[in-house]
Parts: sequence; C-alpha cells; structure tokens
Amino acid sequence: MLTILFDGIAYGMLLFVLACGLAVTLGLMNFVNLAHGAFAMAGGYVTVVLMNRYGISFYWCLPAAFLLSGALGALLEVTLYRRLYSASHLDQVLFSIGLVFMAVAGVDYVMGGQQQLISLPSALSGRFSLMGVDIGRYRLFIIVLCAALTIALQTTLARTRIGSQLRAAVDDGRVARGLGINVSLIFILTFALGSGLAGLGGALGVELLGLDPNFPLKYLIYFMIVVTIGGTSSITGPFLAALLLGIADVAGKYYLPSLGAFIIYAVMIAFLILRPNGLFSREGGR
Amino acid sequence: MSRLPRQALASAFLHRKARWKPLEFAFWITALGAAFAFPSQQLLLSEIAILALFALSLDLIVGYAGILSLGHAAFFGIGAYAAGLISLHAVAEPVTGLILSGAIAGLAGLATSFLVLRGSDLTKLMTTFGVSMLLAEAANQAAWLTGGADGLSGIVIDPIVGLFEFDLFGRTGYLYCLGVLFAAMFIARRIVNSPFGLSLKAIKRNSRRAAMLGISPNRRIVAIYTLSALYAGFSGALLTQTTSFVSPDVLAFHRSADVLLVLVLGGVGYLYGGVIGAVIFTVLRAWLSVVTPQYWMFWIGLILVALVLVGRDRISPARLLAGLRARTGRPASSPAQHQKEEA
Amino acid sequence: MASVLRRLFMTGAALCSLLFSHAQAAETVKIGLVLPMTGPFASTGRQVEAGVKAYMALNGDTVAGKKVEVVLRDDAGTADQTRRIAQELVVKDGASMLMGFGLTPLALSVAPVLSQAKVPAIITSATTSIITQKSDYFVRTSMAGPQSAVPVATWAAKNGLKRVVTLVSDYGPGIDIEKGFTDQFKKDGGEILEAVRVPLQNPDFAPFLQRVRDTKPDAVFVFVPSGVGSIFMKQFVERGLRDAGIKLIATGDVTDDDLLNGMGDAALGVITGHFYSANHDSPENKAFVAEVRKANKNMRPNFMSVGGYDAMALAYAALKKTNGDTDGTKLVDAMKGMTWVSPRGPITIDAKTRDIVQDIYMREVKKVDGELYNVEFATFPKVRDPNTP
Repeated sequence: MLTILFDGIAYGMLLFVLACGLAVTLGLMNFVNLAHGAFAMAGGYVTVVLMNRYGISFYWCLPAAFLLSGALGALLEVTLYRRLYSASHLDQVLFSIGLVFMAVAGVDYVMGGQQQLISLPSALSGRFSLMGVDIGRYRLFIIVLCAALTIALQTTLARTRIGSQLRAAVDDGRVARGLGINVSLIFILTFALGSGLAGLGGALGVELLGLDPNFPLKYLIYFMIVVTIGGTSSITGPFLAALLLGIADVAGKYYLPSLGAFIIYAVMIAFLILRPNGLFSREGGR
Repeated sequence: MSRLPRQALASAFLHRKARWKPLEFAFWITALGAAFAFPSQQLLLSEIAILALFALSLDLIVGYAGILSLGHAAFFGIGAYAAGLISLHAVAEPVTGLILSGAIAGLAGLATSFLVLRGSDLTKLMTTFGVSMLLAEAANQAAWLTGGADGLSGIVIDPIVGLFEFDLFGRTGYLYCLGVLFAAMFIARRIVNSPFGLSLKAIKRNSRRAAMLGISPNRRIVAIYTLSALYAGFSGALLTQTTSFVSPDVLAFHRSADVLLVLVLGGVGYLYGGVIGAVIFTVLRAWLSVVTPQYWMFWIGLILVALVLVGRDRISPARLLAGLRARTGRPASSPAQHQKEEA
Repeated sequence: MASVLRRLFMTGAALCSLLFSHAQAAETVKIGLVLPMTGPFASTGRQVEAGVKAYMALNGDTVAGKKVEVVLRDDAGTADQTRRIAQELVVKDGASMLMGFGLTPLALSVAPVLSQAKVPAIITSATTSIITQKSDYFVRTSMAGPQSAVPVATWAAKNGLKRVVTLVSDYGPGIDIEKGFTDQFKKDGGEILEAVRVPLQNPDFAPFLQRVRDTKPDAVFVFVPSGVGSIFMKQFVERGLRDAGIKLIATGDVTDDDLLNGMGDAALGVITGHFYSANHDSPENKAFVAEVRKANKNMRPNFMSVGGYDAMALAYAALKKTNGDTDGTKLVDAMKGMTWVSPRGPITIDAKTRDIVQDIYMREVKKVDGELYNVEFATFPKVRDPNTP
C-alpha cells in the first residue's frame, strides 16, 4: 500500500519536472508550446549519448542534459519563438507541432528508431526496505531531487528579484520595459529554464518512461493534462496536479488493473467538470 | 418605423453572403472532374473528401462557435464503428448506414455537449480530448462489440442504393464521398448564413454581450456541437464504407490532431478552409511519404514552421475568398485574428 | 483555356505512364512493401526492411528471368492508410505481390483488397491467429498466434514452475498469447494465479509489477511488444522480483535481439521461447546476420528482420516455381507447402492454412563474446498454431 503511494509520488514528481516548463511558457508567457516534449527528448538523448558513447557518469549527465536542453531552448527562443509571442494561439500550435515533427524525424534519422536504454549506477539501482515499505532507490532519488527543484523554483519565482521581474514582464510587458526591466532577456532566461527542466526530466525519465523518437508526441498529452488540471497561474497547481495524477494512475493500475488506462483520463475529466479553470486559477483565467 | 428597413437590410446581407461564388462552382466542377481525370488517384481523392468533411465538421465548432476541440475523433470514431456494426448486423446498404451512423454520432455529441459549455480554451481542448481517449480505450476493451485492437473486419458493403457497386479503383467510392461532402457543405452554408449562424458568430466574439442581446448561448452551442458531431459521424462512416474495415485508430489522438492541423492550415471560419487544408495536407503527405517513407514528417514539420514564420495570412487560401469578407465590413481581419480576439 | 489544355496533357501523361508501367511489368516484378516506417512501431518497419534488403543483397535481384523491384511505403501504423497504400500499389503501381504489415489490424484491413484483386500478401510481422483466415491470399512468414508461448508453458510445467502469473499487453496478440499459454499450462498441471493485462500505451510498469510481486508466484509469464519489453525487463529487476525468487519466463519479444545488449546484465538468465535468435548456429544465419550488420550500421537483426528475409525467400521461390508467372492465384498455390531452411531453422508454409510451421527454441540470455545473446538450449520441432487445428 505505502509502496504504491511511494511509486505514485515518484511518478508524479517526474511528470512535474517534465511538465513545469510547459506551465511556465503557457501560463506565464502565454505561449502554447507543444514542442515542449522535444526538449525533454533532447535531454534524454544527451544522457544516452554521453553515457553509452562516452562513458560519462549518470550524475554528470543530469546537469549536462539540463544545460544543453536549456541552451537549445534559449537558441530557439532567440531565433524562432520570439517572433511568435504575439501570434495567435492557432499559429503557435501549428508552429510548435511543426517543430515536434521535425524533432521526431530528425532524431529518427540521427539516432535510429529503436528504444534507447541506459544502465544506472549501482548506487541507484535496486531497492531497500524501510519500516516494511519497499523503496526503490532510483525512485527515492527522483523524489528528493524533484522536491528540491520544486522548492528552489517556487522560491525563485516568489521571493527573488528575477522572479518578480518575470511576473511583471508577463503581466504587462510595456510597463515592465518602461521600468527598466530587460523583458526580452527575462523571457530568454525563463524559456531556457523551462526547456532545461524538461531536459532534466527527460534524462531522469529514460529509465522509467523509455526513450524513442516518438517521445514528444507520446508524452505531450500527459504534460497537457498536468498543466490543465493544475492551472497555469502558479507552480503549486501543476505540482499538486502531477502528484495527484501520478498517485491516481499508479494506484488505479494496481487496484483495478483492468481499468488501468481509463483512470488518468477519467480523473482529468472529473476535475475539469468540477473546476473548469484548473485547481488554482487566477480570476478569469486565460 | 425603422425596424422594417433594418430587417430588410439584414436579410439582404444574409442573401448576399449565401450566394454561390464563381470560385465555388469552379471548385466543385474540378472535384467532380478529378473523378475522371485521375483514374489512378481515386483512393487518395476519397481520403481527401473524407478528411475535408471531417475538417468541415470541426470548422463548424471552431470557426463558428469558438470551441477548440482536440477530441473530435470521438465522433468520427463513433460514426466509423456505428457504420461497421450496422453493416455487419443490420443493413449493408451504405446510404441507410451513413444516415444512421451520423445520427448516432450526433446523439453522442448532444450527450457530451455540456462539457464544452464552460471553461477556457485549454479546458475545452482537454475535456474533448479526454472524452475521445476514454472512447478509444473503451473500443479497445469492448472486444465483443468492436473487435478490440484487431478492429472490425469482414464488413461487406452493398452497392449504393442497390445500384452502384464499390470498385477496386475506388471511383464509386470517391463519387459517393464527394456527393456526401457536397450535400454537407450545401447544408452547412445555409446554416451559417442564416440568422442562427450570425448569432453563433456573435456568441463567439463575445458571449456575454450576445446573451444581453437576447441570444441564448448555451442552447445554440449545443445545437451546433450536435450538428458538428453528426458531420464527423458521417465522415467516419464514409471511411468505414469505403475501406470496409474499422480499427481503433479511428479514435486515436493523432486523428483529432491532424484534423485540427488541416483546419488551421486551410483557415478557420469560412467552411472551405477545412476542404482546402485537406487537399494540401493529404497531397503533400502522400507525395512526401512516397519520396521519403521514413522522414516525411520532417518536411511536413518544416513546411508548417515556415508557413507560420512567413505569415499564414499572407499566403493563406482564405485570401482567395477575401472578397466575401470584404463585404462584411471587416476587411483586413483574418480568421486567425478573430481567434485571437477570442483568447 | 490554357488550364484545360494542361489538364488534357496531364491526363494524357498519366495514361501514358500507366500504360508504360504495365509494359515494363513484363520484365520486372514489383513487390509492394507496406510497413510502419514512422510512428510508434517504426522499429518494426526498419527491421523488416533490413531483412528484405539483406535477402536481395545475398541472392541478387533477378529470379526466373525477371527483375524484382521492391517498392517501400510507409503506413505510419494506421489501418486506413495501409489499406489505401495496398490498393494503390496493386492498382497504380501494378505490384504483383504485397509484403509487410506490422500489426494485426493493418493486415486485416487489406484482406478485402487481396481477395478482390487476387494478389498474394506475405505477412512479415503481424501475429494474430485469425489473419490468414480472412483472405485466401494471405501467407505468413513471421509467427502464428501463440506459437512461441505454448512451448514455454510446457517447459515451465516440466521445470517445477507450477504457480504462474501471466502479464500481457492488452491487445489482439497479447490476448492470443495469454490464452495459448494458459490452456497449455493448465493441461500440463500448472496453476494460473492471476492474469494481468497491461494497456498498450503504458509508460510505467511499476504498479503491475508490484501486483505480481504481492501475488508471490513461482514465475511470471510475460508478453509485451519488443520496444517496451526492454523497459519492462529493467523494472522487473529494479522492483526486486528476481530477488523475491520470482522467475521471469517470456516470449522472445521481451528479449528482442535488437535491444538485448542495451538492457545490460539485468537480462542475464531470462528464459524465453521464440522462433529466432541472432545466435542461432547455422551457416544461413551467419550470412544473414553479417549482411544485416554490414548494411545497417552494425544493427543486430531480430525476429522481425528474419520475417522480412523469409518473405523475400518465399516470394523468390514462388516465382521460380511459376517460372516467372505473376498470376496471384498461381503464386499463392506455389507458396503452399513450400519448405526451406531459413536463418531461424527449417520452416514450412502449411498447404492448408497458408500459415507458418516452425521450430520453437527455448533460450536463456547469456554473455557470448562480451555481448548478450539468447542462447538456445532446447528445441520444440515443427510447432503449429495451436488456435487452428
């Protein structure tokens, strides 16, 4: 029972790290970035290549995945995304799904279409028993890491100068600019951060979710669910939503395996009927 | 005193909008001619006609009621399965089957329409998506009815109204699909160019203001959503009848996503957008996937990205019918911008 | 006016090319290869294509005085696309044989086309039992239904694994295999504690594995498609099922040759039953593996690949037998009862069911020359599809 709860939390945490970048771009920057999963995939492939081809330790691959995906995000922000902040949502959808298609086919061309696998360091594999609860080391690692990240993220957004600059830039770009805030730099940083987190999530997820060129399409929908249920006005909403989904999904599959695939969607619909604007919504949310 | 002339004005306006344009005639004649000009491409043409009808049904809710749906395949799939089951267990005559399947899909639309009455764009997007995924999973699980993941096979379709048999080259199939598409377009034109259609546009622009004018938004949205589901059901049924096979991927997510893509590509809110998008998308995909079977997605992606960056409005087919819009008194605005005003 | 002229010209050109291609068809035999080259099952397509190409590389592209041309098309794993492409290949390109079909629904969707056009189709991957009954023009070179699962059941019952949980992917082939295994296992005196079905689109096996673990069986019998099979393997070990004394027995899809090496030592000792191992010791197989590795950046061929290879072998043999006659009915008749030695071992196309009869091997994952391989240790000769009498 507690093992299931534990697994659910780990799964939810992973979903959160993968999706929170999307919550930031969608919620704060109001950009429908369906290509979010492509950054996660980039992180995953960085890890696979570094580990399997160059033999670099898994622990070093994580920051590398974060930085490289973040850099990729920043690059794309400057060259492409920037032009489309003021475009319509439909344009953004068309554009970002185009990017996804290119990423899927491009990765297929470079890396091949098969499932990619890595071998975790021995310290992270296996499991131990704590007060009768079986705990997988890797899942524990994910929980600790993601919890730390979440706290750091929330503090940055809510407490620091850059966080308040970001919120100001989003609420009213023109006024923020007038106050001397470098809005475009803030946007680059935010976008890079979101992409980097996705890349980190992708790296962490190779072991649990698998990795093949269809990753961005396969998981896009999970990210969207997290963001929709969580609402896009804060980090807390998606965080709780991801946890809830993770636990509901894992527990549902354990206790009602025959209904396994229904649960995640049923939970989503139920939530959206009860709270059409997400768990925590800003008044008159977008 | 002033009421009468205003009414006359309004009805003259609607009549003007409802008039068939020369371009439209040209389009339908070309479509009909294609049945004879390209004897070896009939299957692709049927696929285009089916996708066009599906996109048309989506345009009714996206373009006219402002409801973004990412789960329209739900109704497409219901129509497809219904057509398959009807021909297996009841009547194998396609027109009867088509009408019944459409009606079933329409009922499903009516039953789920309450889901799209509330919430933001994103909420609607995800609820519709959720419904379609639940259905897809149900189709997979209910193997006794749907054949599960293996799909429904052994479907035999009788000749249309007992006269025209489906041939291997697919010409009958194409003409049949084209006929249904034309009928659907004919009716859809009448509906959107009626006072009801105008009131929908008013709701889309600003539902609160529309409500103050005495238009009841919810009932109208339910009505158009049902109609749209009916159309989607027709297109699904056409797919079943022309391929005599149904598999769970009629409900798959990529179908909903593709049709949205097609519609956006062709332009939202003027009925022909979906049709034009369907032509462009299908031909492009068919051509690219012959040239490069493994990597065609890359080129489609590149085209989409380039399209947006260059500016969809500048090269949009919507421009071809700009004359139509110029008369409505909103000359420069494109469908995309309407969408944005909404958001 | 100009556009009318152009239309006329285009039509003329189209007609000419149509006639021309028919004239050409006298010397070349076209084989339409329809595979999922994109989408979630792209790796299936890749492997089958590699197998087809390997056969042509090793055996030349002419048979019975005719040049063989393979036309590859991608159906993205969508049934209505498969159906349209198959129909186009037959009607437009004049293909005299079809080949491929990655999944059961994709194969089923073309059945009406085959029966109407009288064109044979060789199935290289889809496995559900019923397919070959849906058209008289289907022939199969992959695997028939639970062919590989039944010997595993017999083996398990003989080797003291009496209480077993089955875990299969919830779709046609999975249910076929579950039934095939369960029937045989009960006949041999075993007990099925629970039958778990996992959704096909499943990111995380953890809850299902936990359920298996809490049931405490002697062994768990698994069938999942090859891509997710590798993820399953890793989670099986990570969850400590092996330490809890639960044995993993499976069909060969889980220890797919293509991915086996990447699974690492977690896979060591897994017992599977299947029709092909890249480690199979025969000159035919050595040549096949070497050719695939050479042509595909050292990719190791798996059971999908050998399905494609044998489909080509069958097509060549049938053409030889008909002396190059491409009449569909004659070709199918020629294929019936054909027996030859494939890289996997001896195989036969049953004359009545047009389905494959082949040896099933019990294998254990071991390290050979620093690489992981499925090493065969027992053979069940001439296994037929248990679902068709």
